[in-house]
Amino acid sequence: MKTIAAIATAQGSGGIGIVRISGEKAIEISDKVFKSIDQNKLSNQKGYRAKYGYTFDKEGKIDETIALIFRAPKSYTGEDVVELSCHGGVYITRRLLRAVLESGAEMAGPGEFTKRAFLNGKMDLTQAESVMDLISAKGKRANDMALSIREGSLVNKIEEIKSKLIEMTAHLCVWADYPEEDIQQLELKVLKKDIDSINNTLQKVINNYDSGCAIKEGIRTVLIGKPNVGKSTLMNMLSGYEKSIVTDIPGTTRDTIEETVMLGDIQLRLIDTAGIRETENYVEKIGVDRAKESIISAGLKLIVIDGSKEIDDEDIKILEEAGNENSIAIINKIDIDNKIDKERISKYASKVVEISAKEKKGIEDLKEAVYDIIGMTKIDASEVIISNERQFNIIKKAYKCTQEADEILKIGMTLDAITVLLQDAIQELMELSGERASDKVIEEVFSKFCVGK
Amino acid sequence: MKGFNAENYDVVVIGGGHAGIEAGLVAARMGCKTAVFTINLDAVGNCPCNPSIGGTAKGHLVREIDALGGEMGKTADECCLQSRMLNRGKGPAVHSLRAQIDRNKYKEIMKQKLEKQKNLDLRQAEIVDIEQDNDIWKLKTRNGAIYETKTVIIATGTYLSGRVHIGEVSYESGPDGIFPAAFLGESLKKLGLSIRRFKTGTPARVLKSSINFKDLEEQYGDEKIVPFSYSTNKELKNKIICHISWTNENTKKVITNNIHRSPMYSGKIEGVGPRYCPSLEDKIMRFQDKERHQMFIEPCGENTEEMYLQGMSSSLPEEVQIEFYKTIKGLENVMIMRPAYAIEYDCVDPQQMYATLEFKDFKGLYGAGQFNGSSGYEEAAAQGLIAGINAALKVKGQGELILDRASSYIGTLIDDLVTKGVNDPYRMMTSRSEYRLVLRQDNADERLMPIGRDLGLISDEIWEDFCDRKKIKEQELKRAKNTVIKPSEGLNKLLVSRETSEITTGIRLIDLLKRPQISYEDLKEFDVTRPDINPSILEQVEIEIKYEGYINRQNRQIEEMRRLEKQKMPESINYKDIKGLRLEAQEKLEKVRPINLGQASRISGVSPADISVLMIYLNRKSNN
Repeated sequence: MKTIAAIATAQGSGGIGIVRISGEKAIEISDKVFKSIDQNKLSNQKGYRAKYGYTFDKEGKIDETIALIFRAPKSYTGEDVVELSCHGGVYITRRLLRAVLESGAEMAGPGEFTKRAFLNGKMDLTQAESVMDLISAKGKRANDMALSIREGSLVNKIEEIKSKLIEMTAHLCVWADYPEEDIQQLELKVLKKDIDSINNTLQKVINNYDSGCAIKEGIRTVLIGKPNVGKSTLMNMLSGYEKSIVTDIPGTTRDTIEETVMLGDIQLRLIDTAGIRETENYVEKIGVDRAKESIISAGLKLIVIDGSKEIDDEDIKILEEAGNENSIAIINKIDIDNKIDKERISKYASKVVEISAKEKKGIEDLKEAVYDIIGMTKIDASEVIISNERQFNIIKKAYKCTQEADEILKIGMTLDAITVLLQDAIQELMELSGERASDKVIEEVFSKFCVGK
Repeated sequence: MKGFNAENYDVVVIGGGHAGIEAGLVAARMGCKTAVFTINLDAVGNCPCNPSIGGTAKGHLVREIDALGGEMGKTADECCLQSRMLNRGKGPAVHSLRAQIDRNKYKEIMKQKLEKQKNLDLRQAEIVDIEQDNDIWKLKTRNGAIYETKTVIIATGTYLSGRVHIGEVSYESGPDGIFPAAFLGESLKKLGLSIRRFKTGTPARVLKSSINFKDLEEQYGDEKIVPFSYSTNKELKNKIICHISWTNENTKKVITNNIHRSPMYSGKIEGVGPRYCPSLEDKIMRFQDKERHQMFIEPCGENTEEMYLQGMSSSLPEEVQIEFYKTIKGLENVMIMRPAYAIEYDCVDPQQMYATLEFKDFKGLYGAGQFNGSSGYEEAAAQGLIAGINAALKVKGQGELILDRASSYIGTLIDDLVTKGVNDPYRMMTSRSEYRLVLRQDNADERLMPIGRDLGLISDEIWEDFCDRKKIKEQELKRAKNTVIKPSEGLNKLLVSRETSEITTGIRLIDLLKRPQISYEDLKEFDVTRPDINPSILEQVEIEIKYEGYINRQNRQIEEMRRLEKQKMPESINYKDIKGLRLEAQEKLEKVRPINLGQASRISGVSPADISVLMIYLNRKSNN
């Protein structure tokens, strides 16, 4: 059985974060990331021992850590288990998990620790039902999670790469399975270029995901409203909310400013758009068109209205522009006055909340509204992290395959080996859904090529 | 069931096509009292579509059938007219043999093999009724003879409730004008099988002397023919050439103008046709941008003037066929001897079967070939062989034979059929195997001959040959590991010319061969201790060295897959009672009723989490 790892603590921002590793190589892997201050290796320790030291990855020191060692069968799973406890927080725990995975552990599947505990006889047989329930619930949640954070997350990227890979593999397959058909010639040059481009995309995804310390993926959010309704104040307030992490991501999107802020456990990628208004000015019009476009494609729309004034046509126009899906009408400046009838504008947006960005009032309401819309009311942060981390891992595994395909293509290996590697890459990307790469490839063959006698 | 009692058998095969032949022969060879029933003795081993055996992935199947002691490869070699190894240069995983064969000779040889087989009765009769009476199956012929048998293998091909369509004309018929099986379909429905309707088709056969071959591209066979069968010793010769021509704008025009007269387009045919065997009108309508479609002209045999027009199948009216064939270069004055036609037939949803090809709900009843929703002679023969082996094992009380996906294309084919089911006739392709670097046509013997030998289907002579080949291969692999090639000017010149790095110190032969740019042949003059070895063995050694990394990679995946295959599912399992399984998974699992966890994991709609839930369930069961 593979050695598995996952974050074992529930809250991403709790006081302590634990990464749990279980399996034959749990201790060996821990020795790669953990250095005890007394220089003693974990592999020399008996079970039920704790060691104090530091964890490291290739960038350097991660955090002060306590390593707890459990020797099989006296552990939760019945296998060798190491628990690495560091200071809590999304960033540190995640970085530690990453280091562990890079040292040879596999990301644990949903409910896998409990599954192993059961299979190794660590649980009463009567608990089987509840274990099955737990695994099933976790599996379902992992899936839901992948879907609910779809917008702006890696999922879209994965889909894009997957379909490109399927297309290429189908061409390779049709070329091998229908050698005598009159099909488009497969040019090595084109294949090389295609594999190169896939590699670049994967590489970029991996780099972007890795750089900086914030959790980058999140919900693409537009913040819109007339000038001076308090958008900037709101943005600043969100940025400063609960020591959340703020990063500038310059030039990565066509949007002018993008900021990642935390709202509770959710990351929002805020896009400041140009104001929307009718204009004849050509240059300004481009800005407005862009703004409209980014509104349509956003996963969450926050429309700010000045509550101290009567609502006007321009406000309504913006509300209409945003539509009533995934949109929250925010009535700001309620510290001054609230002249706006909540009922009246409720038909324009999915939710209406009243806040004072200046006095930091109503943030909890806003958070709840966002949670509701994203469908994350019942989801905790560590699961979001794990979900993202799992997808990230999948991409890395796929990248390993395509990279190798690239290398051996360059040295002139035959295309059957390359096809196998590409198909493996597709299979990696399909890991969560349980789809089969060969089925998809064959579907593509018959939809794209005129083959057969 | 009323009638006269005729004879009792262990195994009865209904159908004498490619599936029926292998099923009957193997059951008889395994010592069962066997009968093969066919509607017409002259149709045994008929090739109602193309006069060729093999092709991509299908060639693999033929080799595998041969390694298990089946007959198809041997007979194909005996009546080979032209042979080619396809995909040379594209990598060993996709090398595939394809041979043009003499259709009449093939039939003749196969029929005689059945006639001469000990324990086997070949009988002409139409089975019209089937009934199960406890453990005994009763079969009634149209003449009222009742046969009792322990097991039945249905291999009815396109005969079962067959209906031929040519434009607006349609009539009940099997292929090539032979009577269809008109009653058995109803009887099977009454028995409780879920029957569906598929469709396939074939192009016209035309008179050789009416074709103008001048200016047509010619296609020759390989200089040196590799036979299908491990037992073929004599050298095979190419006896014919094939020709290639193309459709054009006029062909397209004729077809487009008459498309409303195609029974597929007018809705007269309900059966589902194969995606990979489209008729010409399908190809033209679905791929409108394509300017021309390729046609191969293949002789049907040495002693006939009939020519097969590969790629030109159609169900358009005969007069439209005459018109469109004549638009094609070389066919301007063509005389059609048999028109193209589409044929609809009854078949079953293979998800009703185990991988032994036995019906889950009907013990002792097996299906093989097109009846199971596949297409192609080779696919049929492969299933016939496995159904025959399993029926015989059952009669003898000796367990079962299930080939897994990592063992063979045969295993992949059957697993796909019974696990995923089919929506249109299933054709084998190399793309269907995730382990294709391991499942090569050159190592079919290593993968399967030991199984064939255990079943008593491989003669001492063939077995010893195999053991010798294996020994030589292993010795050569060892030699390649231990032999050091010294640097020399000549060698470095070669290496540089192949754009790979020079050597300055001695290098092991195996390490040089790992370089994709360098072949065994290249190194002949530098490899002074090389013994004289059969080139096919040398090729195998080379493949194993060059692709070692990828073969190992696939072997690891295979190990992982087999771990799940080991966990058997109890037959009595009730998926609806398993808490934690999603509804979709419950339904799919209930339908397929997989025999092990591996098969369960391949059902679409069953997620990795569902498999974990099943694991816990099985574990609790076995502990209770």
